[in-house]
Amino acid sequence: MDIQAIRQDFPILKRKINNYPLIYFDNAATTQKPRQIIEAEANFYENHNGNIHRAVHTLSLEATDLYEKSREKISKFINAKEPSEVVFVRGTTEAINLVAYSWGLSNLCKGDEVLVSLMEHHSNIVPWEITAKLRGFTIKYANVKADGTLDYEDFEGKFSKKTKIACLSHVSNVTGVINDVKRVTKAAHDNGSLMLVDGAQSVPHLIVDVQDLDADFLAFSGHKMLGPTGIGVFYGKKALLEGMPPFQGGGEMIKEVEFSEGRGCSITLNDPPWKFEAGTPNICGAIGLSEAVKYLQAVGMNNVQSHEKELTRHAFERMHECNKITIHGTSDLSKRCGIISFSVEGLSSHDVALICDNYGIMIRSGYHCAQPLHQEVLKLHSSARASFYIYNTPEEVDRFVEVLKEIEQL
Amino acid sequence: MPTLEDYVARVEGTCGAEKDVIVFFKYEKKDEVIANILKKATVNNKIAGIIFELAFEGFSFRLYTSGKAIFRGVKNRDELNRVLAAMLL
Repeated sequence: MDIQAIRQDFPILKRKINNYPLIYFDNAATTQKPRQIIEAEANFYENHNGNIHRAVHTLSLEATDLYEKSREKISKFINAKEPSEVVFVRGTTEAINLVAYSWGLSNLCKGDEVLVSLMEHHSNIVPWEITAKLRGFTIKYANVKADGTLDYEDFEGKFSKKTKIACLSHVSNVTGVINDVKRVTKAAHDNGSLMLVDGAQSVPHLIVDVQDLDADFLAFSGHKMLGPTGIGVFYGKKALLEGMPPFQGGGEMIKEVEFSEGRGCSITLNDPPWKFEAGTPNICGAIGLSEAVKYLQAVGMNNVQSHEKELTRHAFERMHECNKITIHGTSDLSKRCGIISFSVEGLSSHDVALICDNYGIMIRSGYHCAQPLHQEVLKLHSSARASFYIYNTPEEVDRFVEVLKEIEQL
Repeated sequence: MPTLEDYVARVEGTCGAEKDVIVFFKYEKKDEVIANILKKATVNNKIAGIIFELAFEGFSFRLYTSGKAIFRGVKNRDELNRVLAAMLL
C-alpha cells in the first residue's frame, strides 16, 4: 500500500491550516474525498444527469443505470445476497430511524423489549427512545466494562422472550473497540430476536460480510468511507424488507395509485429496495459512494485494516511517552480500530482540540454523540479524539505527539 | 459603525459536560480582534505564543492566535454579546 501515492489523490491534503500542513485526524466524523470521487460526481452532473426510473429518455436511462449499478457494487462490497437488500438512505442515522419507524412501529408494542448497549452513538439510542414512547415498549441497556469493551455476559443475559431486536455498534466511535457482533447476532437469533448492526465505524475500516455476520439489518454512511455526504446504506435481509411497511410515502415507492369515486386512492407498494426510497434519491451521492467502494477495493480492505492497525499501534506507543495523557478504552490493540479518545490532565478536550487546530491538526472534542458512554462508563466530562484513515502516516502521528508533548507543558 | 457581525463568524456551545462557548472570529479579522481584545482584557498568562489566558469584567477566557476563543461561565448569548461588544466595538 503506497501511502504517498494515495495522498496524491486527496487534493485537500495539500492545504495548510494556520500555516501548518493539514493533519486530518477526524476521520471518525467524516473522511476526505479523493479526486476520483469528486470527478465521478462532476462527471455525473456534467454528462449523465437525469432523474432515475420511469422515463424513456437517454439521460434518465443512463442515470438509472449508474444508480442501480452503484447498488450492485455496494451490495457485493458487503456481500449481500442480492442488490435488492441494499436501500439507499441519507446515512446511518436515517437507516436506524428507518428500522425504528418502519419495522419498530409495526412490530413492537407494550411488553416488548429492545436491547441496546451503553456504548451506542446517540443515533442508535434516540430513535428507539422516541418510538418507545409511541408504542410503550421497554429499552434495556447492556453494560460496557470500564475498559470500553462490551460486557457480553450482561448483553446476552438481558435477552428474554420479550426481546424483539438487539442493536449494537460494530465499532465504538469513541474507543474504537471492535464488538464481536457475530457472537451477539447468534445470541439474538437463539433468543428469537432480530439484530441491527451499526456499521458506521466498521464498514469503512474492516471487511464486513453481512452473510457471515448473519445480521438482519446493517447501517452505514458513505461520507465516513471517502464517499459524499448525504448518502448511506440500509441493508436488510430480503424477507424482512418485504414484510416491512414503507418509511416514507411518495413517488417511486409505489407501483400504482388508483383512484376510484367513493373509494379514494388504492395504493400498490413497490418492491424493496424502491419501497424504501420515496422521492428522488441522492443519485449522484450513490454514484459517488460506489466510486468510493471501488477506490477502497483497489487499495484492498485488508490493507486498509492493517495500515490503521499499524498507525494505532504507533500512536499508542508514542502517546504513552506523554505523562499527562490518558487513553480511554482497552489497551488490547487486537480489539481496537484506528480511533483513540484521550484526555490531557488539567485541560478540557476543547482546549486540546483548539491547540491542535492551531498547529493544523484536526481532532474532535466533546461527547462524540455518545454521552451515556462518557457519563456512565468512562466517567468523563468529554474527551479528545484522534481517528485515522488510509491517507494518514506515522510521521503525522509523530507530529501530533510532538504537539501533545507541548500541550502537556502548558 | 462596526458591529459584532463584522468580527464574529460563529458561536458554538461545546459538546460535553463542560458548558463552554467557543467563539470563531472571522479569519480575515483575527489579527484585529486579537489586538483589540489584548488592549482591553487583562492578560493572566501567555502560553507557547499561541494562547492568551485572559480576564475581562469577571469572565475568564482563552484566546487562540488562530482566531478562536473559549469562554467559561457565560450564562447566555446576550451576556456573551455584551462582553464581546465591550472588547471589540
